[in-house]
Amino acid sequence: MSISYLPGKEPHPKETRRIYKNIFREGWDTSINCYLADGGYSELRKALSMEPKAVTDEVKKSGLRGRGGAGFPTGVKWTFIPPNNTKPVYLICNCDESEPGTYKDRYIVHQDPHQLIEGMIISCFAVGAHLGYIYMREEFPIAAEIMEKALQEARANNFLGKNILGSGFDLDIHVHRGAGAYICGEETSLINSLEGVRPYPRIKPPFFPAAIGLYGCPTIVNNVESLCQVKHVIQMGGEEFSKVGAQRSPGTRIIGVSGDVKRPGLYEIASGSITFGELLFDLCGGPKEGHEFKAVIPGGSSSKVMRTDVKYSVKNPDGTNGSISFFDIPLDLDSIAQHGSMAGSGAVIVMDDTRSMPWALNNLNHFYAHESCGQCTPCREGCPWMLKLTTRMLEGKASPKDVDLLLQVANQIEGKTVCAFGEAAAWPTQAMVLKFKDEFLALTDSFNDKLPHSTEAKEQRRYFTR
Amino acid sequence: MSHDHLNAIDATIAHIPSPGEQFFPPFSVTPELEAQVAELITHYPEGRQKSAILPILHIVQKQFGFINPASIEWTASQTGVSAAHVLGVVTFYPGLRQKCPGKFHFRICRTLSCAMSGAEDLFEVICRKTNIDPASINHHEPIGVSPCGMWSIEQVECLANCGNGPNVLVNDLLFDKVTPEKVDEIIAKYKQA
Amino acid sequence: MSEETSKLPKDIAAAEGKVNVQINGTWYQFPRGMRIIDACKSVGVHVPTFCYHPKLAIAGSCRMCLVEQGMPPRLAPGQAPSYDAQGYQHIQWMPRPIIACANTVCENMGIKTNSPLAEEVRAGVLEFLLANHPLDCPICDQAGECKLQEFSNDYGKLKGRYTESKTKKGKNLSVGPNINLDQERCVLCGRCIRFMRDIAKDPVLSFSQRGTHNAVTIYPGRELDHPYSMNVVDLCPVGALTSKDFRFKMRVWFLKETKSIDVNCGTGTNITIWSREEQVYRLTPRQNDEVNSCWMPDEHRLNYRFINSPQRIPQPVIRTDINAPHRASTWEPSFSALAEAIKRVPADQIAIIASGRMTNEELYMTRLLAEQIGTKHVDIVSRVKESDGMLISADRNPNTTGAQVILGLENPGSQLEMIRDGVQRGKIKAILCLGEDLTSPEAGFKAQDFENLNYLFVMDHTASDTARAADLVLPGVSFAEKFGTMINVTGRIQRLNKAIEPIGYAKDDWTILQSITKALGSNSPAMNAVSSMDILSLIGQEYAALENINWGRVGDCGLQVLETGVTIPLIEQEKNPQG
Repeated sequence: MSISYLPGKEPHPKETRRIYKNIFREGWDTSINCYLADGGYSELRKALSMEPKAVTDEVKKSGLRGRGGAGFPTGVKWTFIPPNNTKPVYLICNCDESEPGTYKDRYIVHQDPHQLIEGMIISCFAVGAHLGYIYMREEFPIAAEIMEKALQEARANNFLGKNILGSGFDLDIHVHRGAGAYICGEETSLINSLEGVRPYPRIKPPFFPAAIGLYGCPTIVNNVESLCQVKHVIQMGGEEFSKVGAQRSPGTRIIGVSGDVKRPGLYEIASGSITFGELLFDLCGGPKEGHEFKAVIPGGSSSKVMRTDVKYSVKNPDGTNGSISFFDIPLDLDSIAQHGSMAGSGAVIVMDDTRSMPWALNNLNHFYAHESCGQCTPCREGCPWMLKLTTRMLEGKASPKDVDLLLQVANQIEGKTVCAFGEAAAWPTQAMVLKFKDEFLALTDSFNDKLPHSTEAKEQRRYFTR
Repeated sequence: MSHDHLNAIDATIAHIPSPGEQFFPPFSVTPELEAQVAELITHYPEGRQKSAILPILHIVQKQFGFINPASIEWTASQTGVSAAHVLGVVTFYPGLRQKCPGKFHFRICRTLSCAMSGAEDLFEVICRKTNIDPASINHHEPIGVSPCGMWSIEQVECLANCGNGPNVLVNDLLFDKVTPEKVDEIIAKYKQA
Repeated sequence: MSEETSKLPKDIAAAEGKVNVQINGTWYQFPRGMRIIDACKSVGVHVPTFCYHPKLAIAGSCRMCLVEQGMPPRLAPGQAPSYDAQGYQHIQWMPRPIIACANTVCENMGIKTNSPLAEEVRAGVLEFLLANHPLDCPICDQAGECKLQEFSNDYGKLKGRYTESKTKKGKNLSVGPNINLDQERCVLCGRCIRFMRDIAKDPVLSFSQRGTHNAVTIYPGRELDHPYSMNVVDLCPVGALTSKDFRFKMRVWFLKETKSIDVNCGTGTNITIWSREEQVYRLTPRQNDEVNSCWMPDEHRLNYRFINSPQRIPQPVIRTDINAPHRASTWEPSFSALAEAIKRVPADQIAIIASGRMTNEELYMTRLLAEQIGTKHVDIVSRVKESDGMLISADRNPNTTGAQVILGLENPGSQLEMIRDGVQRGKIKAILCLGEDLTSPEAGFKAQDFENLNYLFVMDHTASDTARAADLVLPGVSFAEKFGTMINVTGRIQRLNKAIEPIGYAKDDWTILQSITKALGSNSPAMNAVSSMDILSLIGQEYAALENINWGRVGDCGLQVLETGVTIPLIEQEKNPQG
């Protein structure tokens, strides 16, 4: 059966559509009948005929790495549940997609809910969870409705409920909606949000979710795309899955491109199968007319920005040192990490020569200052400080010293916080200031060093000079 | 803060008048609401009704426009926690509102990708077209409401549709690649509704 | 090499359930599972903290206790670990610091609290904490005992780089009858919230807002009025929560700290008396895990104002004619007058009503007095109410147990009715009332009962209706003005220390009793005692239950001398959290 897509939504030849097979597919809808007609839920039947441990083993064998941003091996994560555990196990699908630049999960939950549900049921079966939640961000109200309806359909077809398909396995899944907090994408914060307390991330140790998670019980939190991939792991077999794409981060990855390209959008590629050059020029159609690429944030706003005009050093196969341009870097986890950033959630934000880096950083600093939960000191105090510094730079009221201070504040946050938000907030600043320092310095004036900045100081100064 | 006469504690639940209130009924506990909540609590394991705080608040907000002190106290009583606890939850999430929005609430994404596609200007365009005073919007009162109560606007962080900016969520519906012309269409469409 | 010496340190430690940890270059052994912070503290290495408190759940949020940490390097498959000459593995130091409060020690771990990394991290956290802090130390009550102030001095950068506008929050907010809140001074450690939630079980406090606007708050209309609420003032490491009672009264560095115990009930909560120039300014709980943990009920904490009140009796007062007013007297004539009066009444018509609020030493002197007189009518006033299920004992006398032991009372208070009856039927003609108001509901005397008496003597520190009816009143002192010991309901003997000098011409009660007994002709060894410590030693020679007791042995935290079977609910809960 050949698949056709809606006009203008056809996949690029370099894409490998697997998770996104049904996105913008001609004649596709979110109903279970549509999904079943396409062979849906057959992987569930296959998985239910296996031992749970065998399912986990397949996922481990596949080398599947989490698609939420951190890239932790999914199968390995599942095995962190204590072997002698007697408490209930929970599985939570993290659909709090809110890393700026990331919008891949949106289309799965809006257009292909049953793929996620099937992946989730298989995963719950593997880890022994009898209750699962889909933590849906508040800004996806329609998706929540779609998902609720899909869950109802799945229950009606006995894919959920008691004794699923006669396997003896019981499971129910509910949708739990967030309320607009980025931090809830952090798994322990998400768990707190689900528990109904303020969603502060928990300290690790001791609160590793696989051991002490939701309600103090072992809990697995996986990203939407990761759970969908599980279905494909079962379909293909772990061995076969591991052969797709880059060896150390196999499978397909959905790359979401936004910003200054001709054709921003979502592209599902075999991991590492294309380079940034291919992505930006072939798939996305290159820079906007009359402009050039300047910088790329390769994996969500938290990943470190990369300049497109510098050489990146590599080790040649013969052991000598060589260099490649930005556009030659392949799109896989390790390659991007090797060049000083990360593939994160696959969200590529492209900036061309019209963009001011201090402006972009200020925008992101506003995001992090607004989203900091405020639990721990460095992030709570540091993020607004960085925002105030970049705002002052944009206003032309900063001195060159403030640029150094900005970097130091970021350094003072990184690695000192309860959760990874500290790094997420510090990295953009660190990378932007280091890589585009001239742009920041251009906004400053050493005279500004002598001026007061705080409103309190300004008031005082007015008083003394009156 | 508009509650200069109140101390910081009383201001946490103080009523912020909004013209949008005419479009929502005042908070009251109806049998339907109670039934909805009772069903919600079954989504969570026994004794974990605290988990239902967010879902309950969502229902309350959807039906009554915003979360007032009475609904905070009622939610606390339904979930077995202190009112202070619910207050802590309510004030944490930007998605939970203590001020009534307009009948149609525009949430415009302000984060990088949308900002690069013109969200900053679009925000001002929407304010102008809906007669909302952008100066009335600040951290403590993130929602600006038009005098007629039909429209309100709020700048929010990433709506996760970054390739198609600027994005605007109007009540539950997302509009992408929003231009000033498209704003006119949206307004016209909702005016008729 | 013998088998013994070839054992590695890790094996030696493991045999005892311990692990080897290097702290600032020195190797120590600690029990497995011990928190790093406690391990450091136990060897005298100070790690600054805000949110950590040994009695509260771990929050890990202030990041003040970040330390540099290292572990043995991860071995490649098949690679054997290597050991240095002392038998320890090489420590690979991590670039990322860890919090000492939530992490526990493990084998061959390295901790540095004084390395450049640790120092830089601490200074960074402090700079952040001060960024939005109002720096109003000159008008802040906490100044002098503020952790933020102390740590900034010890570990801070001393020069702030933050020149932006500060986040505005609420100031001088009344959150309860005894407590004020300043949200801007708050470091958001959450100790108060955890105390109210987990210990007081009255979760009226919560964080509100988020990010830089985070603030501790109470639900409007609710009050932080739990009977133990003021413990949050002690817990607050900064000046965010202050005691209304103590606000703006005195700079803490002027105050003298005296370790003592609370005398409002049989628990004997360990306290610190804060005083200056013979004036008591506040009482705070002192940690004793067998008695009161770190807490104290507000009612007891605030019950100190009587010490410096105008109701105190400053000198002996005597009345020679029933219709004449009392007139001031001096000590020596008072003693001889009292001795004369006692001698005029037959011994079996004299009753001594002592008090469960007296120290063991005073009770001992009371016993000697009774023996000298030859009366058997000796009892105390018992005060039994309901326990609050936390720290306030059902027995509202602090030393009923002491009275049982020293006076040999099997059932304290049981003779009181007989004495009262005796007074009413004219069988008792003289009462020596020691530290009690007989007209109180617990004692149950009526004012007209005193008309049947030939002689009423009162020793007390504060004027009462009984004192007003007395022929002679000799002023004793309050708990803050004396040394002594008491035995709490569980059978633990504890010390009172003298914080201030007696008010006016008042005298330490035991010396008053000594003088009276002496005037009656006693030649007991106690007549030569010069301090209450001497008396305690005499007690130690005389009572089997208190064998060899002396001041030094009792110590600051007391000594369990009896097993009464009575427990303190809050301590039981702390020891068995599940139960």
